[in-house]
Amino acid sequence: MPKSERRRQVESVVTYPLDWIEERTGWVGAVKYFLFRKVPGRTNWFHTLGSATLTAFLVQAITGVILAMYYQPHPDQAYESIQFITNDLTWGWLVRGMHRFGASVFIILMFFHMARVFLFGAYKYPREVNWMVGAALLILGMFEGFTGYLLPWDQTSYWASVVGINITGTGPFVGPFLANILKAGAEIDANTLSRFYSIHMLVLPAAIAGLIILHLWLVIRLGVSNPPWGPQPEEMDEDDEAPAREGLVQPVPRSNGK
Amino acid sequence: VDQSEHVPEQHAQVLSLWPIGVAVGVACALVGLLVSWWIVGIGVVIIVLFGTAWIYDVTRDRRPQPMAAAGPPAAGEQVERAAVGEHETSRKGFLSAMTLGLGAAIGAIVTIPPLVFAGLPPFKKGEGFVDVDVDLGPLTDFEEGQWLITQFNMFPPQGDVAERIAYVRYNGDLEGEPSFTIISNRCAHLGCPVQANGPTTPEQRRTYLAGRRKVTYTPVLPAGGFGCPCHGGQYDTEGNRTAGPPVRALDRWAYRIADGRLRLVGAYSVNEVDGTGKDANIGKYRLAQPGVHIDGVEQILYPFIPPS
Repeated sequence: MPKSERRRQVESVVTYPLDWIEERTGWVGAVKYFLFRKVPGRTNWFHTLGSATLTAFLVQAITGVILAMYYQPHPDQAYESIQFITNDLTWGWLVRGMHRFGASVFIILMFFHMARVFLFGAYKYPREVNWMVGAALLILGMFEGFTGYLLPWDQTSYWASVVGINITGTGPFVGPFLANILKAGAEIDANTLSRFYSIHMLVLPAAIAGLIILHLWLVIRLGVSNPPWGPQPEEMDEDDEAPAREGLVQPVPRSNGK
Repeated sequence: VDQSEHVPEQHAQVLSLWPIGVAVGVACALVGLLVSWWIVGIGVVIIVLFGTAWIYDVTRDRRPQPMAAAGPPAAGEQVERAAVGEHETSRKGFLSAMTLGLGAAIGAIVTIPPLVFAGLPPFKKGEGFVDVDVDLGPLTDFEEGQWLITQFNMFPPQGDVAERIAYVRYNGDLEGEPSFTIISNRCAHLGCPVQANGPTTPEQRRTYLAGRRKVTYTPVLPAGGFGCPCHGGQYDTEGNRTAGPPVRALDRWAYRIADGRLRLVGAYSVNEVDGTGKDANIGKYRLAQPGVHIDGVEQILYPFIPPS
């Protein structure tokens, strides 16, 4: 069906700014490359667990940034500032609750995602490095949980951190030194709280974000693995190849020079 | 370009029993941690044996085959090497090396101070339990044989974080000097606060003010010794472990008597206490963190104790 004049006008209005950006940066192409990928047939909802984990992390990052605007990382004020966030600030209970329970959601989804990758055999060649990156993300995520647990500065969080730090301290040879580095000294005090806060909201989120980018880049580079029930290579034919998706941008022919 | 070299190597899927053996060894070692060190040892042996066999199996194709007889190198090889000049540095190579080297040097120079700043202050001496001097009040406040839950502040500028609790008992005089048993409430397992197993009398609580430091005494009768609420470690009234996961006896406080007052002068670790009260023979060690073995064969795992 030939396009009407009206439709062509609307399309050019939409595509012109996109083309303007694409010509100067290549970003539209990059987004297309990221979003419109070929995936194996017969993928199912299990393949969304990674995206769910990413969403959980983004929720943690955003709610964490907002909480950091009100939280005071000092032994005299930490508990009171948490009470203030929870009881006095508009929707503070909601944002803190999202961060608090979202932390559990993040860890649980990481484990589900890992179980999916393991049970589907998706960690095998050539995706071993992505499994390693994922394992590092799991460890950093757990460390996020550990450092975040101290911040409310109530009895539970204090003694749980005492126990956690002392478990670190029982590691052979270097354990006592690692415990001192965590505590920022021989005893738990104000420096421990601010150290945990700094690690929790600066060091680890940056490291996790960087590793997530690496993780995603490897997913894009290597593609999504064929599920165990998917077509085997010898059974595949031309029809199994997904057709290339039509692009977002329709390049406008431009003259050379002005 | 010849693509044949870039074909990924074929991963032969040969069913092997070695990984299963390693897994059995790991399971055995973990069970042994709960049951017996002997089973841990057996597990480690299984892991090493099967692991070695596994590695041997996997690397079979990679290992260099024994050469029959290495002939003299081909003439062409020699000529080629001479032409390229193995040790000759080109201008491009020199500049690349300089850029990388300078970048690494600058990176190291700016990275070291923050790392030192983050990592070394925790090891400064004299910030822990060792160099303190806390006034616990006049000797006349202590009744012989009575246990007191004694709460004091190690370092008032820190606020409540520096509050500590010790169990203090006056043992009467030993060779003309007053003798005290002062047991830290820090569990030797993982540092939770141990509680007295017996009735307290909070209505008899009294306080003593020494400058900015406030000391609170609550009489208690730890008939069943001391117990930890976190993981169930149990100790007798001398601080010896009687049950549960702790690795040594409860830490104690050293004290001195000055101007008729009891003063705490730092804590030390104890492996075992023989006897009771003023006649106790205390196995003193440098203050170690909770969970750290100070005697027995496990002490080789903790050769260095950071200053405190």
